[in-house]
Amino acid sequence: MRMKFFAALGFTVAMGSALMVFATPPPAGSGSITGKVTYTGTPMKMKPIDMSKEPSCAKQHATPITTENVATGQGNTLEWVVVYISAGDEGTTTPSQGVRYDQKGCQYLPHVLTMLAGQQLQIYNDDQTSHNIHPLAKVNQEWNKSQPPGSPPIDTKWDKPEFIAVKCNIHPWMHGYFAVLKTSHVSVTGEDGTFDIKGLAPGKYTVTAWQEQYGTKTQDVTVGAGAATANFVFTATPY
Amino acid sequence: MTLKKFAVTFALGSIALLTAGARVSTAQSHVNSPDPLLGTPSVATETSQVNGLTGHAEEGKHQYRRFCIGCHGPDGNGQGMNAQWIDPQPRDFTEATFKCRSTPTGTLPTDEDLFNAITRGFVTTNMPSWRPLNPQQRADLVAFIKTWSPRWAKEKPGAVLNIPPETAVTIESILHGRELFQKLECWKCHGPEGHADGPSASTLTDSKGNPIKPFNFSTGERFMCGDSNRDLYRIFMTGLDGSPMPSFADVIQPNDAWDLVHFLRTLQVALPNNQELTLWQSYKAAHGKDLKPIGPDSAGGAQ
Repeated sequence: MRMKFFAALGFTVAMGSALMVFATPPPAGSGSITGKVTYTGTPMKMKPIDMSKEPSCAKQHATPITTENVATGQGNTLEWVVVYISAGDEGTTTPSQGVRYDQKGCQYLPHVLTMLAGQQLQIYNDDQTSHNIHPLAKVNQEWNKSQPPGSPPIDTKWDKPEFIAVKCNIHPWMHGYFAVLKTSHVSVTGEDGTFDIKGLAPGKYTVTAWQEQYGTKTQDVTVGAGAATANFVFTATPY
Repeated sequence: MTLKKFAVTFALGSIALLTAGARVSTAQSHVNSPDPLLGTPSVATETSQVNGLTGHAEEGKHQYRRFCIGCHGPDGNGQGMNAQWIDPQPRDFTEATFKCRSTPTGTLPTDEDLFNAITRGFVTTNMPSWRPLNPQQRADLVAFIKTWSPRWAKEKPGAVLNIPPETAVTIESILHGRELFQKLECWKCHGPEGHADGPSASTLTDSKGNPIKPFNFSTGERFMCGDSNRDLYRIFMTGLDGSPMPSFADVIQPNDAWDLVHFLRTLQVALPNNQELTLWQSYKAAHGKDLKPIGPDSAGGAQ
């Protein structure tokens, strides 16, 4: 019985690897688009989060974490901006590998998670407290599931492209985004505001930058063999 | 052609035309024709199947115009004339997100779920019971409601939750349910005693950002999705979509769920003929001192 199970397992693994080898990779290029996302004006102040109602989370943060709606860095840079190819992209296949989203210290990690429509998404609760994951989808179907500590990960996917706000109703400060896209050519800005979209074939592309508070900015970029540059500037408002 | 002959022909023709016209307009009332009072539904027509009845959207439209439009609005988006005075806000049918379902979270409800909702009304809201409408009229309304969202044409309702027969109401069952109430942190919103005063209660909003209160068990009020133990089981297993109440279907085993039902009943201290409460009170009178209180300081639950 056990032998049979392992044989079956081995077969499945072998089939899986075979599929991975023979799946046609997207036509990749050597071109890329790099740049920086910055703001002008005064952005809203990010407030420290009071987690005293959830001591098991509060003690995981030496200094209180702040809200992340408008995360900024030195030199007016914007963090957590999703920069992606919104038109002109031909070579995207849904990867067999899924993406991972964590609830840790009553915070969503990463704050913004990009994935392809149809790509597997696994949501983990690493905390010692219950969370409820409530993606406020509008284009896709909204759902809301409880995940107590020690539960297996929630295995799911999104069918249509959408920026989906995620919240936990038990811990109202928890806030994040799923960026469900049609393209795998995407980059999320770090604290220094820079992004790097790699693997582009030469051609004309439309690049969109999305920031959860300030919406989208779009520009056309022509990519040759090397790195093309595109910078985005958002107008920040204090509220 | 004499004048007389012409007149006769004309009259006959007119009658023929009128008859044909009448036939056309009858036929038109059976398709979802544009309506001066209503916006354009996203699906041309829908039907519903409830308890052997077939509901037709084109019939339900007339009921909707008369009874529903004031709150749910001419566009089905919950923005009728009365909506501004109503809290919680009327359902937005264009989103096809419904609280009372027998289907998993994130899926469409069954026709019967919608039919039951219309029949029952929601005690905790402004939605009255529509029992005065006959079952056929209610089935027609279900069909019409489904024309407001394209989801109904593309997706099927989820698989109906399987509810096993209820287990016996015992003190062990109630005590285990109490452990679950602590462990699954129901008290964070509903409060340690079910008074809707948990630490997160005041922060709750629905999916449209409007403030919303958790259910207060202590008043003995009916649940919004029915008042039987089976209804209670279904509510926490499927969750109330569009509200902060999540689904626990993936984290509670079927028989454990009955234990939680039995414990939740003991919180309804104002509910008459409450057998779970009677059993619980006699237990508490003898062993109340040994019970760890529910809440953040209890050692029994996750901290």
